[in-house]
Amino acid sequence: MKLPTVGAAALADREVSVRTVTDLSVEVVSDSGEGAQKCGQIFGAVSAKMGNGVWTVEIIPAEVEPPPRNPVGASGIRIRLGDKEVTNWGDETDVVVAFNEQALLGRHQLHALSPDAIILLESMWATHPDPDIRKQWEDAMQELSGRNYTIIEVPMEEQCLTVVDNPRKGKNMFALGLLCAIFGRDVERAKEQIAHAFRTKKQEITDRNIELLELGYAWASENLDFRYDIPTMPAGAPMVVMNGNEAIALGAVAAGFETAAMYPITPATSVSHMLGEVFEKYGGVLHQAEDEIAAAGVAIGASYAGRCAFTITSGPGMALKTEFLGLAVMTEIPLVLVNVQRGGPSTGLPTKVEQSDLLAAMFGQPGDAPKVVMAPATIEDCFHIMTTARRIAEALRTVVMVLSDANLATGVAPFPRPELSPEWQSAPPDLRPLPAGAKPYDWNERTGISRRFIPGQAGGEHTLTGLAHDERSKVAYDAETVERSHTARSRKIAAFQRTLIPPEINGDPEGGDLLIVGWGSTKGAIEEAVARARAKGLSVSSIHLTFLSPLQPGLPEIFARFKKVMTVEINYSDKKDDPLIDEYNRRRGQLSMLLRSATLVDVDCWTRVLGEPLRPAKIVQAIEENMPGGAA
Amino acid sequence: MIMQSCSLLHAAHEDEDDRVFEMSDYQGPVARWCSGCGDHSVLTAAQRLMVDQQLEPETTVFVSGIGCSSRFPHYMKTYGFHGIHGRALPVATGVKLTRPDLDVFVVMGDGDCVSIGAGHWIHAIRYNLDMVAMLLDNNIYGLTKKQTSPTTPQGYRSNTQPYGSYLPPMNPMEVTLGVTNASFVAQTAEWIPAHLFATLKAAHEHKGFAFVRILQRCPHFTPDLYSDAVKKPDLVEILDHPEGIQVEGLDKIYKSQLRHDPADIHRARELAEDGSVIRLGLFFRDETRPRYEETRTLAKRTSREKMDLLNQDFDRYAV
Repeated sequence: MKLPTVGAAALADREVSVRTVTDLSVEVVSDSGEGAQKCGQIFGAVSAKMGNGVWTVEIIPAEVEPPPRNPVGASGIRIRLGDKEVTNWGDETDVVVAFNEQALLGRHQLHALSPDAIILLESMWATHPDPDIRKQWEDAMQELSGRNYTIIEVPMEEQCLTVVDNPRKGKNMFALGLLCAIFGRDVERAKEQIAHAFRTKKQEITDRNIELLELGYAWASENLDFRYDIPTMPAGAPMVVMNGNEAIALGAVAAGFETAAMYPITPATSVSHMLGEVFEKYGGVLHQAEDEIAAAGVAIGASYAGRCAFTITSGPGMALKTEFLGLAVMTEIPLVLVNVQRGGPSTGLPTKVEQSDLLAAMFGQPGDAPKVVMAPATIEDCFHIMTTARRIAEALRTVVMVLSDANLATGVAPFPRPELSPEWQSAPPDLRPLPAGAKPYDWNERTGISRRFIPGQAGGEHTLTGLAHDERSKVAYDAETVERSHTARSRKIAAFQRTLIPPEINGDPEGGDLLIVGWGSTKGAIEEAVARARAKGLSVSSIHLTFLSPLQPGLPEIFARFKKVMTVEINYSDKKDDPLIDEYNRRRGQLSMLLRSATLVDVDCWTRVLGEPLRPAKIVQAIEENMPGGAA
Repeated sequence: MIMQSCSLLHAAHEDEDDRVFEMSDYQGPVARWCSGCGDHSVLTAAQRLMVDQQLEPETTVFVSGIGCSSRFPHYMKTYGFHGIHGRALPVATGVKLTRPDLDVFVVMGDGDCVSIGAGHWIHAIRYNLDMVAMLLDNNIYGLTKKQTSPTTPQGYRSNTQPYGSYLPPMNPMEVTLGVTNASFVAQTAEWIPAHLFATLKAAHEHKGFAFVRILQRCPHFTPDLYSDAVKKPDLVEILDHPEGIQVEGLDKIYKSQLRHDPADIHRARELAEDGSVIRLGLFFRDETRPRYEETRTLAKRTSREKMDLLNQDFDRYAV
């Protein structure tokens, strides 16, 4: 396949070449407000519906509308397509549609683009009346020329003006048309998807967007001489495609949650958008509280009153809820908290991924506050984890923290359509009178578990309190009671741990040189990296932990089968050869700290905080560099 | 009207419920407040109200925060929630929003309501959920031993402001009356049990968020705060109106009576703002204000119905 560097019109009479690939990433990048994400979401959904593996990651600036044409403010989406299931965003992008050269430059500077990427770039800026813009264009071309990119100028503005007055609202659908033509996407499906995406808008909006789609499709058909074919997977079980936050919202419904309390915070808020749309018809209450603290209080009050309640937040919000979480632990009120993690500390990186809240979730409350902490690894997990979390919270009368993250929140991937079961729902609260002498904290001596009383149950009247208390919920400061109640709250976690199973080993269950341990959204990237490294002959395997507190059983036995154990995480750790760093003062990845403490194994870590998901190629490199006995 | 909310509750138990409740059915362990503490009177008034209204102990919830007065639920034989400082209102909101069948009372001190939980106070007024919120205002932090509170009089000496409180106190009546959607705002005093009881009763009858500020003394740290008013009834002005809180015989002692129509919010605000005299009574009431729990039409669904609906929602995401 030969490609020109500039000028597309000349291609019209060339022969069209079709390249068959099994794995390819596309990005659409623009200024904020130009709809790159909408374009990518529709492209991803159409691709999934046609039978490709798909994973999308949104690239979102923290502001609603940052200054235009700025590399830092680039807004966009990456869509990775494959001929089989795609579990992560991959490494670099092969095909880019860019609405201006500055947004493109932003991606280039982050090394997001493959060295031989094909770039479809809006041409209007090259001849813009503003000399400053022309200068920026020239400088950008100079900078980009250092790589082997193929840049094809596309007159997007000029084309779109034939349909709309303001191409800022519409260029994205033209871009969708380009991509549909290049990737042989079914235009009818794209039209259906557009109609779905704009279902709440006027019909003329849908019509105009379809017109733009067709315009883009026609332009690419006439002017571009290359196409991609990505073989599809054979149709199997029915699939659904959504992002992780939508999956959490629908998972909450499936789990029988009846109350969700929240305060807007990125990147968690879209869970509540989904619930706001659908929750009431299920009998659910979505309460947008006056602040993060109140959201926790409302969820606790609702749960105390016998409803299934959860609260949704991100790191800063979890910090604000801390005192209430301690109260829920102390009073043994079932509560699920979903923390869609973002970069920290403080306001940090609101729209970017990190896994830095693990230790805060586990140890963030003053006093000893044992609880369950778990993490979904996939978008499918985001759905099912809500039922699991609710059941654990209610069975143990405890707090369950669910640690999702920004990667899962906006990532879109298909997963098998759940076969829903009414049994996933909670039973209605038991309001039967309680027998005389019933105690609200009748801790089982072995398990620490006690029966939950609900207001309305005659004979169960008591005042629960965050103060130290005995079985009857009476304030008690005596040594024996304090020790006994601490033990009961902690023992529940151990009792629960006994019900868990060891993690599966991805790679060689017999053991080997290196074991990678991960948690949360990094699973796809880690497993892809392990597969690549194994293909190179490296003796590496991985496990992925769903439960962080308590830790799943079997870890010491698994660790013993490997020469070296290393976590891969998206949180900060000192690198071994950093200045001033030695084995003793080195700050390690958060899971690695937990594992070292729990197993006394010298668990190493490889962590990155780049504000983006991990790339499999980088993990492969880390594996190579960390093989016991030196680099392979 | 009086029994409207209770009769609904009672209806559910009608067939088997012929219980008659007495004071002892609501009295928990002996309260551990200091002798002379205003909290005792409020506790007794609340228990009397429960007898008067024959409230079921099991469907009544007292929610409190932290502070001397927040021990209140421990001394009731109902359900109680003794939570964390300043956060009684969010918990009560969660209870009432999801279980409108429960009778909810909130007990807060001035630190709880006016200081650390002030944000919740403002919003609870606006939510206007059907509950009784009592502010037990002794103008000082008692449990932590005499620190200035937002309602401490200017110049009053405390351990944190030993040369006297720097700023004029916040006026909780003014604030409450200034918040959009306020629906019931009353003030009473712990040393006038008849008025206290009548006020709590009116608050309980009110459909909506009934805010009652209870003036009270702390025998340890603000013993002299209202001593003049206690001794000289003329320093107290009772708001009187057929639509207000009426206490038979009270005018024999409290001769200073002011006719105030509780429908008049502008006059109510003027009366609240004027600090020249202690005014007790119903400042404002409007039962037509929207209530948050009424804005939600919660569908009653079986598990199976929910799963059918969820399948329909999944159709939108089908590949």
